[in-house]
Amino acid sequence: MSGGRGGAPDSRTGDPAAQPERTRFAWRRTTLTFAVAVALSVREAVYGGGGVSATEAGAAAAGVLAWLLFLVLAHRRITDMRADRPAGMGPGAVRAAALCTLAMATVGVVLLW
Amino acid sequence: MIDRLMATLRLWFAPQRMRAEGSTPDYRFSLANERTFLAWIRTALALVAGGIAVDQFLTGLSWGVRTTISVAVLACGALCAFRAVNHWMRCERAMRRGEDLPVSRFPVLLATATAIAALLVLGAVVLGAGR
Repeated sequence: MSGGRGGAPDSRTGDPAAQPERTRFAWRRTTLTFAVAVALSVREAVYGGGGVSATEAGAAAAGVLAWLLFLVLAHRRITDMRADRPAGMGPGAVRAAALCTLAMATVGVVLLW
Repeated sequence: MIDRLMATLRLWFAPQRMRAEGSTPDYRFSLANERTFLAWIRTALALVAGGIAVDQFLTGLSWGVRTTISVAVLACGALCAFRAVNHWMRCERAMRRGEDLPVSRFPVLLATATAIAALLVLGAVVLGAGR
Protein backbone atom coordinates (compact mmCIF):
# COMPACT_ATOMS: atom_id res chain seq x y z
CA MET A 1 0.00 0.00 0.00
CA SER A 2 1.28 3.45 -0.83
CA GLY A 3 1.47 6.02 1.93
CA GLY A 4 -0.18 9.43 2.05
CA ARG A 5 -1.39 11.00 -1.17
CA GLY A 6 1.68 12.02 -3.18
CA GLY A 7 3.96 11.06 -0.30
CA ALA A 8 6.82 8.61 -0.33
CA PRO A 9 5.75 4.92 -0.11
CA ASP A 10 6.82 4.65 3.51
CA SER A 11 5.67 8.02 4.77
CA ARG A 12 3.18 6.41 7.18
CA THR A 13 3.91 6.91 10.82
CA GLY A 14 4.15 3.15 11.23
CA ASP A 15 0.83 2.47 12.91
CA PRO A 16 1.54 -1.13 14.03
CA ALA A 17 -2.13 -2.16 13.87
CA ALA A 18 -2.65 -0.55 10.41
CA GLN A 19 -5.92 1.04 11.53
CA PRO A 20 -6.73 2.91 8.28
CA GLU A 21 -6.18 -0.23 6.23
CA ARG A 22 -8.42 -2.34 8.46
CA THR A 23 -11.12 0.32 8.26
CA ARG A 24 -10.78 0.38 4.47
CA PHE A 25 -11.32 -3.39 4.29
CA ALA A 26 -14.29 -3.11 6.65
CA TRP A 27 -15.94 -0.73 4.18
CA ARG A 28 -15.19 -3.16 1.32
CA ARG A 29 -16.73 -6.09 3.20
CA THR A 30 -19.81 -4.04 3.97
CA THR A 31 -20.38 -2.98 0.34
CA LEU A 32 -20.01 -6.64 -0.66
CA THR A 33 -22.61 -7.72 1.90
CA PHE A 34 -24.89 -4.98 0.60
CA ALA A 35 -24.35 -6.30 -2.95
CA VAL A 36 -25.50 -9.78 -1.84
CA ALA A 37 -28.70 -8.32 -0.36
CA VAL A 38 -29.34 -6.33 -3.56
CA ALA A 39 -28.72 -9.38 -5.75
CA LEU A 40 -31.24 -11.39 -3.69
CA SER A 41 -33.82 -8.60 -3.94
CA VAL A 42 -33.42 -8.41 -7.74
CA ARG A 43 -33.80 -12.19 -7.91
CA GLU A 44 -36.96 -11.94 -5.79
CA ALA A 45 -38.40 -9.31 -8.15
CA VAL A 46 -37.63 -11.38 -11.26
CA TYR A 47 -38.58 -14.88 -10.03
CA GLY A 48 -41.17 -13.76 -7.47
CA GLY A 49 -43.95 -15.34 -9.52
CA GLY A 50 -46.44 -13.65 -11.85
CA GLY A 51 -43.87 -11.68 -13.82
CA VAL A 52 -42.28 -8.39 -12.79
CA SER A 53 -44.90 -5.90 -11.58
CA ALA A 54 -44.27 -2.14 -11.51
CA THR A 55 -44.03 -2.24 -7.69
CA GLU A 56 -41.46 -5.03 -7.78
CA ALA A 57 -39.40 -3.26 -10.44
CA GLY A 58 -39.56 -0.02 -8.45
CA ALA A 59 -38.53 -1.70 -5.20
CA ALA A 60 -35.61 -3.51 -6.85
CA ALA A 61 -34.51 -0.23 -8.47
CA ALA A 62 -34.68 1.51 -5.08
CA GLY A 63 -32.49 -1.25 -3.65
CA VAL A 64 -29.91 -0.78 -6.41
CA LEU A 65 -30.02 2.99 -5.83
CA ALA A 66 -29.44 2.54 -2.06
CA TRP A 67 -26.46 0.31 -2.86
CA LEU A 68 -25.01 2.88 -5.29
CA LEU A 69 -25.38 5.58 -2.64
CA PHE A 70 -23.63 3.35 -0.10
CA LEU A 71 -20.89 2.65 -2.67
CA VAL A 72 -20.26 6.40 -3.11
CA LEU A 73 -20.15 6.82 0.69
CA ALA A 74 -17.73 3.89 1.03
CA HIS A 75 -15.56 5.21 -1.77
CA ARG A 76 -15.28 8.59 -0.07
CA ARG A 77 -14.30 6.96 3.22
CA ILE A 78 -11.80 4.68 1.44
CA THR A 79 -10.24 7.75 -0.20
CA ASP A 80 -10.02 9.41 3.23
CA MET A 81 -8.12 6.34 4.48
CA ARG A 82 -5.14 7.33 2.30
CA ALA A 83 -4.32 10.03 4.84
CA ASP A 84 -1.72 9.22 7.44
CA ARG A 85 -4.09 9.96 10.32
CA PRO A 86 -7.60 9.91 8.85
CA ALA A 87 -10.27 12.04 10.49
CA GLY A 88 -13.16 10.17 12.10
CA MET A 89 -16.48 9.66 10.36
CA GLY A 90 -18.95 12.55 10.52
CA PRO A 91 -22.43 11.98 12.01
CA GLY A 92 -23.96 12.75 8.60
CA ALA A 93 -22.11 9.90 6.90
CA VAL A 94 -23.06 7.51 9.72
CA ARG A 95 -26.73 8.36 9.36
CA ALA A 96 -26.59 8.14 5.56
CA ALA A 97 -25.06 4.64 5.79
CA ALA A 98 -27.75 3.52 8.25
CA LEU A 99 -30.50 5.04 6.10
CA CYS A 100 -29.28 3.06 3.06
CA THR A 101 -29.51 -0.11 5.19
CA LEU A 102 -33.00 0.81 6.44
CA ALA A 103 -34.05 1.49 2.82
CA MET A 104 -32.85 -2.02 1.92
CA ALA A 105 -34.94 -3.53 4.74
CA THR A 106 -37.98 -1.62 3.44
CA VAL A 107 -37.32 -2.89 -0.08
CA GLY A 108 -37.28 -6.43 1.33
CA VAL A 109 -40.67 -5.95 3.01
CA VAL A 110 -42.22 -4.43 -0.15
CA LEU A 111 -40.94 -7.35 -2.25
CA LEU A 112 -42.76 -9.90 -0.06
CA TRP A 113 -46.05 -8.88 -1.61
CA MET B 1 -34.05 6.70 31.72
CA ILE B 2 -36.05 9.66 30.37
CA ASP B 3 -32.95 11.87 30.65
CA ARG B 4 -30.90 9.36 28.69
CA LEU B 5 -33.58 9.13 25.99
CA MET B 6 -33.76 12.92 25.69
CA ALA B 7 -29.96 13.20 25.44
CA THR B 8 -29.93 10.56 22.69
CA LEU B 9 -32.75 12.27 20.80
CA ARG B 10 -30.94 15.60 21.00
CA LEU B 11 -27.83 13.95 19.53
CA TRP B 12 -29.89 12.41 16.74
CA PHE B 13 -31.41 15.67 15.64
CA ALA B 14 -28.48 18.00 16.30
CA PRO B 15 -25.32 16.01 15.54
CA GLN B 16 -23.22 19.18 15.35
CA ARG B 17 -23.58 19.44 19.15
CA MET B 18 -21.28 16.45 19.47
CA ARG B 19 -18.39 18.33 17.88
CA ALA B 20 -18.75 20.97 20.59
CA GLU B 21 -18.34 18.42 23.37
CA GLY B 22 -14.98 17.44 24.84
CA SER B 23 -11.95 16.94 22.61
CA THR B 24 -11.39 14.94 19.42
CA PRO B 25 -10.23 11.41 20.41
CA ASP B 26 -7.16 9.67 18.98
CA TYR B 27 -7.82 8.74 15.33
CA ARG B 28 -7.29 5.06 16.12
CA PHE B 29 -10.19 5.05 18.58
CA SER B 30 -12.44 6.83 16.08
CA LEU B 31 -11.56 4.30 13.38
CA ALA B 32 -12.21 1.40 15.77
CA ASN B 33 -15.62 2.91 16.52
CA GLU B 34 -16.25 3.20 12.77
CA ARG B 35 -15.39 -0.49 12.25
CA THR B 36 -17.73 -1.52 15.05
CA PHE B 37 -20.45 0.52 13.38
CA LEU B 38 -19.74 -1.19 10.05
CA ALA B 39 -19.83 -4.62 11.69
CA TRP B 40 -23.32 -3.85 13.01
CA ILE B 41 -24.36 -2.59 9.57
CA ARG B 42 -23.13 -5.87 8.09
CA THR B 43 -25.16 -7.78 10.66
CA ALA B 44 -28.20 -5.73 9.64
CA LEU B 45 -27.55 -6.35 5.94
CA ALA B 46 -27.06 -10.08 6.52
CA LEU B 47 -30.44 -10.19 8.29
CA VAL B 48 -32.05 -8.26 5.42
CA ALA B 49 -30.53 -10.66 2.87
CA GLY B 50 -31.70 -13.58 5.03
CA GLY B 51 -35.23 -12.20 5.21
CA ILE B 52 -35.40 -11.89 1.44
CA ALA B 53 -33.87 -15.37 1.00
CA VAL B 54 -36.45 -16.98 3.33
CA ASP B 55 -39.24 -15.94 0.97
CA GLN B 56 -37.42 -17.34 -2.06
CA PHE B 57 -35.99 -20.59 -0.76
CA LEU B 58 -38.37 -21.87 1.95
CA THR B 59 -41.03 -22.59 -0.65
CA GLY B 60 -42.04 -25.75 1.25
CA LEU B 61 -43.71 -23.60 3.92
CA SER B 62 -47.15 -22.04 3.57
CA TRP B 63 -47.35 -18.36 2.50
CA GLY B 64 -48.35 -17.12 5.94
CA VAL B 65 -45.53 -18.84 7.84
CA ARG B 66 -42.93 -17.82 5.26
CA THR B 67 -44.02 -14.16 5.24
CA THR B 68 -44.12 -14.00 9.06
CA ILE B 69 -40.55 -15.33 9.31
CA SER B 70 -39.41 -12.93 6.55
CA VAL B 71 -40.95 -9.87 8.17
CA ALA B 72 -39.56 -10.80 11.61
CA VAL B 73 -36.02 -11.22 10.22
CA LEU B 74 -36.27 -8.00 8.16
CA ALA B 75 -37.51 -6.07 11.21
CA CYS B 76 -34.53 -7.45 13.18
CA GLY B 77 -32.27 -6.13 10.42
CA ALA B 78 -33.83 -2.67 10.57
CA LEU B 79 -33.44 -2.67 14.36
CA CYS B 80 -29.74 -3.56 14.01
CA ALA B 81 -29.17 -0.67 11.58
CA PHE B 82 -30.93 1.72 13.94
CA ARG B 83 -28.96 0.54 16.91
CA ALA B 84 -25.67 0.75 14.93
CA VAL B 85 -26.10 4.53 14.67
CA ASN B 86 -27.20 4.86 18.27
CA HIS B 87 -24.25 2.91 19.61
CA TRP B 88 -21.79 4.79 17.39
CA MET B 89 -23.09 8.10 18.73
CA ARG B 90 -22.95 7.01 22.36
CA CYS B 91 -19.38 5.69 21.97
CA GLU B 92 -18.25 8.81 20.14
CA ARG B 93 -19.72 11.04 22.84
CA ALA B 94 -18.16 8.97 25.64
CA MET B 95 -14.75 9.12 23.95
CA ARG B 96 -15.01 12.88 23.50
CA ARG B 97 -15.88 13.35 27.16
CA GLY B 98 -13.25 10.84 28.29
CA GLU B 99 -15.88 8.65 29.97
CA ASP B 100 -16.16 4.86 30.02
CA LEU B 101 -17.66 3.32 26.89
CA PRO B 102 -21.39 2.58 27.18
CA VAL B 103 -22.52 -0.95 28.00
CA SER B 104 -25.49 -2.45 26.21
CA ARG B 105 -27.97 -5.30 26.51
CA PHE B 106 -28.54 -5.45 22.76
CA PRO B 107 -25.91 -8.13 21.92
CA VAL B 108 -27.46 -10.46 24.50
CA LEU B 109 -30.94 -9.84 23.08
CA LEU B 110 -29.74 -10.55 19.54
CA ALA B 111 -27.89 -13.70 20.63
CA THR B 112 -30.96 -14.97 22.53
CA ALA B 113 -33.21 -14.26 19.54
CA THR B 114 -30.78 -16.12 17.26
CA ALA B 115 -30.68 -19.12 19.61
CA ILE B 116 -34.49 -19.25 19.88
CA ALA B 117 -34.82 -18.98 16.09
CA ALA B 118 -32.32 -21.83 15.64
CA LEU B 119 -34.26 -24.04 18.08
CA LEU B 120 -37.56 -23.23 16.33
CA VAL B 121 -36.09 -24.14 12.94
CA LEU B 122 -34.66 -27.35 14.41
CA GLY B 123 -38.09 -28.22 15.80
CA ALA B 124 -39.79 -27.39 12.50
CA VAL B 125 -37.33 -29.54 10.54
CA VAL B 126 -37.61 -32.54 12.91
CA LEU B 127 -41.39 -32.41 13.22
CA GLY B 128 -42.00 -31.30 9.62
CA ALA B 129 -44.37 -28.62 10.86
CA GLY B 130 -45.59 -25.54 8.99
CA ARG B 131 -46.33 -27.33 5.72
